[in-house]
Amino acid sequence: MNYLASIGSYSMMVVEVFRKPTKWRIMKSLILKEIDELVYGSLGIIIFISFFIGAVVAIQTALNLTNPIIPRSLIGFATRQSVILEFAPTFVSIIMAGKVGSYITSSIGTMRVTEQIDALEVMGVNSLNYLVFPKIIAMLFYPFAIAISMYVGIFGGWLAGVFGGFLTSADFVAGLQTDFVPFHIAYAFIKTLIFAFIIATIPSFHGFYMKGGALEVGKASTTSFVWTSVVIIILNYILTQLLLG
Amino acid sequence: MIEVNDIHKSFGDAHILKGISTTFEKGKTNLIIGQSGSGKTVFLKCLLGLFTPEAGSILYDGKDYSTLSENEKRNLRQEMGMVFQGSALFDSMTVEGNVKFPLEMFTKQSQSEMRDRVNMVLKRVNLVDAHNKFPAEISGGMQKRVAIARAIVMNPKYLFCDEPNSGLDPKTAILIDDLIKEITEEYNITTIINTHDMNSVMQIGEKILFLKDGLKEWEGTKNEIFKTDNEAVTNFVYSSDLFKKVRQMYIEERH
Ligand SMILES: Nc1ncnc2c1ncn2[C@@H]1O[C@H](COP(=O)(O)OP(=O)(O)O)[C@@H](O)[C@H]1O
Ligand SMILES: [Mg+2]
Repeated sequence: MNYLASIGSYSMMVVEVFRKPTKWRIMKSLILKEIDELVYGSLGIIIFISFFIGAVVAIQTALNLTNPIIPRSLIGFATRQSVILEFAPTFVSIIMAGKVGSYITSSIGTMRVTEQIDALEVMGVNSLNYLVFPKIIAMLFYPFAIAISMYVGIFGGWLAGVFGGFLTSADFVAGLQTDFVPFHIAYAFIKTLIFAFIIATIPSFHGFYMKGGALEVGKASTTSFVWTSVVIIILNYILTQLLLG
Repeated sequence: MIEVNDIHKSFGDAHILKGISTTFEKGKTNLIIGQSGSGKTVFLKCLLGLFTPEAGSILYDGKDYSTLSENEKRNLRQEMGMVFQGSALFDSMTVEGNVKFPLEMFTKQSQSEMRDRVNMVLKRVNLVDAHNKFPAEISGGMQKRVAIARAIVMNPKYLFCDEPNSGLDPKTAILIDDLIKEITEEYNITTIINTHDMNSVMQIGEKILFLKDGLKEWEGTKNEIFKTDNEAVTNFVYSSDLFKKVRQMYIEERH
């Protein structure tokens, strides 16, 4: 595959998404539908995963903490740092690249192979604006889901730490408050917003420009998941270097 | 009326349309026939402006598509209706939502005006009880009716249909064909229909264009097609036994 050509057509797609806008009255209901589907519909899985990963991080830290000189509150500190810096923004986004991304690719891809996109174009609708713009706007609400993920993850860590008998609640809370750097929160949400844009657009790209039939829709979803995750991982590295390095 | 002058269309190295010229008249059902892969769909999508031909021109009542401004193109688009091969209904919308969609997108009509218009066209295609059903919940024939209703809801001057009766049982196919012909005459539309079905030719064909390998092999009327000596056309027409018999009758009549 010609990567440069793909990056080129991806960029042109993104520009096209913001041209020739759809009537606001219609766009508004599309955006609400996408918020419901993409963000609200993902809360369940996000909460579930966050809770357990937070708990596991706390237990792992506790089990590796054999030196009695190190305070037990480190468990709270470690949970906070890993959940806020990496787990919620990055790990959850990779899960969303699978869940939301494959939904986006397969729904747009199905519209492509059943000529529904042609039907929009024939009517004179800017199909990229109609299909992709509401997804991008809906994903602006994705940071709220990540905020919930952070909260639930830390709560999971607290529950596992305290009820697993590894440390007291007071120690955990003291750990949470140790060396708090407000910019870390900003860093996490800057990452989240960029990943949100990636999760909305790369799967749309793979769905919109796919060729073939139902079988290819499945293949396109897989390819789109791989690329969305790869891009998230690489951007995570670059953003971390830029913002914290 | 649509005039097509020597249009060419390629995809990469594949030269699909190799210079087609013809005219399609108003108020008539113009049929494009030919084997699968002969370029019918590509030709229709060129007429619709979905594909841009590399060479040649297409005139819609004298207006050359390629020389129009963005605005004029958009206006012309709204004078076109298209019935896709698989109906291409929006499956996230109800029947009513599908038909109302172009009105909501492009007109300033009130909800009640739109509802009246939608009811009218759905009634015109003989579909009265399906307003709140989703495309997946209705039969293929009903889907085609909805697709026709959606295509005519904006009162188009040009109606394009890609294999409108493919995948339908013969009886439903005839009903759909008749419906398209009636609508064409009633609203004086320039209608162009792709088909590989000789039944449709018999049923509703007026002007017929025969495509072969991206070229116009033959054109004429329904009566002429049964008398022509063009080998490719006769092979196509008489590929079914029924039409062999019809030809026999013609020949006997002549003697
Ligand atoms: N978007 C496309 N890209 C590349 N080739 C295409 C495309 N659309 C159609 N073709 C090719 O053009 C030829 C004619 O196709 P088509 O017009 O669909 O035939 P028909 O509708 O008469 O069955 C086929 O060989 C097909 O593979
Ligand atoms: Mg075809």
